[in-house]
Amino acid sequence: MPVKVMIPSPLRPYAGKRDSAEFSARTVGEALGHLTTEFAELRKHLFTEDGKLRSFVNVYVNDEDIRYLAKENTPTKDGDTISIIPSIAGGLHLEASFRALRQAGVNAERKPSSLLVLASRIGI
Amino acid sequence: MADATTLWISGRLAEKIRAHGAETYPQECCGALHGRDSSAILESDRGKGVPSPAREILQLFPLVNRRDDSPRNRFSVTAEDVRAAEKAAGEQGLEVVGWYHSHPDHPARPSEYDREHAWPWYSYIIVSVQNGVPQDMTSWRLNDDRTEFRPEGIEIRHRAAV
Repeated sequence: MPVKVMIPSPLRPYAGKRDSAEFSARTVGEALGHLTTEFAELRKHLFTEDGKLRSFVNVYVNDEDIRYLAKENTPTKDGDTISIIPSIAGGLHLEASFRALRQAGVNAERKPSSLLVLASRIGI
Repeated sequence: MADATTLWISGRLAEKIRAHGAETYPQECCGALHGRDSSAILESDRGKGVPSPAREILQLFPLVNRRDDSPRNRFSVTAEDVRAAEKAAGEQGLEVVGWYHSHPDHPARPSEYDREHAWPWYSYIIVSVQNGVPQDMTSWRLNDDRTEFRPEGIEIRHRAAV
């Protein structure tokens, strides 16, 4: 019995609308490799350009977060289920705004409120 | 995702998102959007006279912003929170179709940071809260190649479509 990879709703359009796929794999990395080989469009949503798992993408083997196991080298056995769960993050990127302000020649205080007012005024 | 998308939401739920943004100001609020997506509607209800395809928000799942280091300009929802949101949606026969958060004292448009931490398909609602008062509310979807967010229409509906 191979390893089952559960595909989350947002990624199903890139996986032939399937909600899971099964592969023979000895490690999590191998299973994800098979997944993104079979469904190449998935790759950019899971991995950065240099091949690392995106920071907000979490992978579980049977409810265990692989970050606390051996990451992508975590061994898998037949019948294991691999889940891909995003953590959701967002918000304003103040450091980028500071850089843009400095490049624009604005002497901004490092206070969010003053920065945001300035950033809004110059449209960044 | 070639076509423009539209999000249906009731006026009551739209107000709840605004109120959550005002409540947590000057920190960011965040939460999950529980609802139904057109593809699911079409498959289960094909031939039953279901109205035109769209995505509908049917309930909110407010979450706690886990970023205690910079909650004024970041929000973070852990994978455990995501699983809880998905479980709660599933129990109602719904799914997590997106997320909402606020931009305190900033326009309701996605930041570069938002884009880097997003997946396509999800709807990302942003409400601008200026001086504690909720203002514009917008919705966005990441395009397939992750290069940009595309605006999504928000249609206020008074009753559920399905």
